[in-house]
Amino acid sequence: MTSLPSESTPKKLGLVIDLDVCVGCHACVISCKEWNTGGYGAALSDQDPYGGAVSGTFLNRVHSYEVVPEGGEVVGERGEARIVHFPKSCLHCEDAPCVTVCPTGASYKRADDGIVLVEEDMCIGCGLCAWACPYGAREMDLSAGVMKKCTLCIDRIYNETIPEIDRVPSCVRTCPTNARHFGDLADPGSDVSKMVAARGGFDLMPEQGTRPVNKYLPPRPRRNLASSAPVQVEDTSGARGLLAWVDSMLDRI
Amino acid sequence: MNERPRIDLSKPVSDEIRKTTCYMCACRCGIDVHIKDGKIRYIEGNRDHPVNRGVLCAKGSAGIMTQHAPARLSAPLKRVGPRGSGRFQEISWDEAMSIAGEWLGDVRRTDPKKLAFFTGRDQSQSLTGFWAQQFGTPNYAAHGGFCSVNMAAGGIMTIGGAFWEFGSPDWDRTKLFVMFGVAEDHDSNPIKMGLSKLKKRGARFVSVNPVRTGYSSIADDWIWIRPGTDGLLILSLVHELLKARRIDVDYLVRYSNAAWLVVDAPGTKDHGLFARDGEGKPLVYETVTERPVPSGSKGARPALSGRFQLDDGRFAIPVFDHLAKEYLDAKYAPEAVAAETGISADTVRGLAAEIGRVAFEEAIEVDQPWTDMNGERHQSFVGRPVSFHAMRGISAHSNGFQTARALHMLQVLIGAVDCPGGFRFEPPYPKPLSAHPRPHGKAEHFGSNQPLSGPHLGFPLGPEDLLVDAEGRPARLDKAFSWDAPIAAHGLMHMVIANAHAGDPYPIDVLFLYMANMAWNSSMNTAGTIAMLEEKDEATGEYRIPKIIVADAYASETVAYADLVLPDTTYLERHDCISMLDRPISEPESVNDAIRWPVVAAERDVRPFQSVLIDLGARLALPGFVDSRGGALYADYADYIVNHERRPGIGPLSGFRGRDGTRAGRGAANPEQLNRYIENGSFFSAEIPPEAHFFKHANAAYQDFAVKMGFFDTPQPVTFQLWSEELQKFRLSAEGLREPVAPEAHRARILAAFTPLPSWYRPLEEAAVDRSEFPLHAITQRPMAMYHSWGSMNAWLRQIHTANRMFVPAAICQEQGLEDGDWAWIVSHHGRIKVQVARTETSNRDTLWTWNAIGKRKGAWGLKDEVPESEKGFLLNHLIHELLPPREDGMRWSNSDPVTGQAAWYDLRVRIEPAGPASASEPAFRPARVPTGKGAEELRYGQEWSK
Repeated sequence: MTSLPSESTPKKLGLVIDLDVCVGCHACVISCKEWNTGGYGAALSDQDPYGGAVSGTFLNRVHSYEVVPEGGEVVGERGEARIVHFPKSCLHCEDAPCVTVCPTGASYKRADDGIVLVEEDMCIGCGLCAWACPYGAREMDLSAGVMKKCTLCIDRIYNETIPEIDRVPSCVRTCPTNARHFGDLADPGSDVSKMVAARGGFDLMPEQGTRPVNKYLPPRPRRNLASSAPVQVEDTSGARGLLAWVDSMLDRI
Repeated sequence: MNERPRIDLSKPVSDEIRKTTCYMCACRCGIDVHIKDGKIRYIEGNRDHPVNRGVLCAKGSAGIMTQHAPARLSAPLKRVGPRGSGRFQEISWDEAMSIAGEWLGDVRRTDPKKLAFFTGRDQSQSLTGFWAQQFGTPNYAAHGGFCSVNMAAGGIMTIGGAFWEFGSPDWDRTKLFVMFGVAEDHDSNPIKMGLSKLKKRGARFVSVNPVRTGYSSIADDWIWIRPGTDGLLILSLVHELLKARRIDVDYLVRYSNAAWLVVDAPGTKDHGLFARDGEGKPLVYETVTERPVPSGSKGARPALSGRFQLDDGRFAIPVFDHLAKEYLDAKYAPEAVAAETGISADTVRGLAAEIGRVAFEEAIEVDQPWTDMNGERHQSFVGRPVSFHAMRGISAHSNGFQTARALHMLQVLIGAVDCPGGFRFEPPYPKPLSAHPRPHGKAEHFGSNQPLSGPHLGFPLGPEDLLVDAEGRPARLDKAFSWDAPIAAHGLMHMVIANAHAGDPYPIDVLFLYMANMAWNSSMNTAGTIAMLEEKDEATGEYRIPKIIVADAYASETVAYADLVLPDTTYLERHDCISMLDRPISEPESVNDAIRWPVVAAERDVRPFQSVLIDLGARLALPGFVDSRGGALYADYADYIVNHERRPGIGPLSGFRGRDGTRAGRGAANPEQLNRYIENGSFFSAEIPPEAHFFKHANAAYQDFAVKMGFFDTPQPVTFQLWSEELQKFRLSAEGLREPVAPEAHRARILAAFTPLPSWYRPLEEAAVDRSEFPLHAITQRPMAMYHSWGSMNAWLRQIHTANRMFVPAAICQEQGLEDGDWAWIVSHHGRIKVQVARTETSNRDTLWTWNAIGKRKGAWGLKDEVPESEKGFLLNHLIHELLPPREDGMRWSNSDPVTGQAAWYDLRVRIEPAGPASASEPAFRPARVPTGKGAEELRYGQEWSK
């Protein structure tokens, strides 16, 4: 068993993901892969990359779901049947079950910024942490035999060799719809905290009691077109009324 | 457990950053390629770049895996077995070039039209087109004919520009954005960035699309239109806007031909054409002095309705009078179009009300004085913050040209073209139709060992500009600019192989393809196309298409059918230019172009195709490629980019011109130009002055800027053409009233499709088949993480889309007893395919859909034979024929838009039948092999940097 930091970490670095603008383009998925395969720890391997059983290690994946709320079909403008694109990576939980389950101490939560990491030299690849994670956010690298997970690009966010503006996770830097935000969720004055407060950011599966640091912003409410009322004008039958009106407009030009 | 090893948090990312331009799709973003130990460590978006501002999509980031794909070709190849057998022999470049030179030289000497040179996703069309013109064949085009010529031609003929690369919504100011038929687009990152911006501002986003994927998934309102009926929906919106008087009369009078007088003389050769003065200027009727005067006359108050007598005694009616009467007709009422479009009258009325409300009640103003082309000074730019974007979903129907026109007409009616908050032009657009060239390719335009007398592609202004002989027969192999497809501004690449095989209008000798996958996902009727490539003439024993040269960097299905393979470099290994002469990457407030340069070395025996073409040009002694003594003018493409001049001082790149590199647009060649681009991040950007930002079509400061930059030599303002005189000329020919008279067989088609005002007609395949036998539509969507055939050889991207399924609306699944994962036959008038089904709730109820071009032929793309792409993936192409079903008289028309020849991919009608248990999709093909490297069994990219 591995212990979590005894107190809440002073910083809670994490991601805020805006489901209102995520179009499911997978930019974050591949940017994460290319950064991290050459970054912290073992490469993210791919098995049978040009064959039938292709598979690989990804620290961030996007799942797309069709959502049809109760109430049935709205003919014409099917406002109710939606697709939700749902990016998913480690949520850097405060009560991270993947840490406490680790038999070797390889899995740990950093005391200063709350990032959950795997110390690969100590990892025996038993897979208990992946089993314990209710989000399926950890992936065993089949080639290295160690557990891989989102590091919040720990080798970017503190990296003094890159411009300050780029010291954010690779997925955040690349996201074309700006659906991904990085910051300190322990600081109520941070942009990410304000965003969560303003938009009703929520925890993924709060009933699991993991207290995830990452938050999701729900889609903004939508309006129905059919409820937009047309303008009422006097005589709208045929062209005569319109052409007379156009004439009166011409006099005003 | 608190003692943790120190992590190196500040490890340098790379040894060097090389900035270049992405080519993983057509978006052309700036990329920072990080090089470590001579190898690519990481690719990220260039923050300074005007296209992507630092972001990058999945494809762009996956460039590493495309660079390392085993599908890369490694040496020139000569076919030594039957076509498609996979038997090739590696040859030297000397031999390859001498074979190509000999084949091409023979054709050029004997009959240049027997070369058909067509390019696919070519970003060097200003070179390939120039080369083909100097060669002298009339048979050249790129792939626009099966991509989006409807969008381009419909836009250019209406507003002098189009969606796509010609302009963009004003993402920062628009309050209502309506997008038609876009799953993913050329402007992939800018659209994503823009949608995010407008949603964050609380602007409304309406998507009109039969399928709710990607962009549509985040739309505030999704209008699940029945495919091919967008035009009817748009005209119903126009009906409602006219009824509600939500139109900008001032804008119409100033910027459109709404007031121009149309001759009303039925049965004469001038009926429906504009009344003009002696100098050819269109006339308007001046209501104060009560007489016709030339449009643009100072102080004139033109009539928009009425019937007026001209000085010559004929009568004429303003365009707007025709327009109002046409679209106020009850046939366009929301109730009247509901059954056809599948959209409720309430929704149409609501959308029209929103468009009208936002345009007129939420108008915005940009406080910037400017002067129009009449010399009138305005204190500000007034904006109607409603914008539109449309693409393939409209374009790839046989009524797509008129639908695109209808959408542009709608924008003009509400005064929303190139205003703040509306659709904005990107230089060098707008550009009037008259400033585009006429097509060249008639018999008198070419001959043995001489260049074509002008550019291949352009716009006919009437039937007199068609490329036909005295009997009306097509001059071009693809029949572009003939009566079959009069305004085929991008050619008809989808007809090239079929026509060459049939020898109709004539056989050819050499088919030369660059980056075009015509033996697979870029052809309709793929199996038939493969057979045409394989078929021999029984009399001679020679292939019907005798010689095929393919240039590509990767082992596509088409490379397997080449007789000679010219292996290209990758986009990271060569020079390229994204040129103002070609398909620009400008933004509404800046003129931009860009380059690529070799950021990694090609370690194979390959050569950049553009340099090969230039070398062939010199070997063939083509004008423009050799000097007066026959010596090569250019060492390679880089040399050409810097030193080629199209007009004096105007070359492929507009930046850093002049001896000292300080000139933009026009200027002498600068030997340091490429270095200056590289220092600048591989792009060049020139700001447009603020007073030229909007109303470019009529803005004096913009027109001056355009002349200074060299887009034009004189100002070229645009008057929006609500009524198209060019289209009316074709109708007059079809009525037998005007020379040249249309051949009898073409008349009905022309009368139906060439209406001078935008119109809607039922897509041709739908109109030709029994709708009860084929009750459903089947269409493709472009996946954001893939770009057609370029994705599956990429080890990372193929893990996102490994095999496609057919998405079937839940109600149809229920009716047919189909569950997720079951197999079904999809049957069209042409063929049937067996596919695996996925149930969906987010599709139009009559529409099946699948991802585009995920299915791969075994043996291609460096993949193993048993990959899901081949076993379970599939193409819809097998269901789509290049010809429409036969008519009663046995004639078969091309499956294309009758105006532009645009391939009508999305017209497909099908039915679905359960297929019982199965394990693989059908049809299956024997492997199409090409020698390539062998892919690794496992990848651990970057493992050496892990310690």
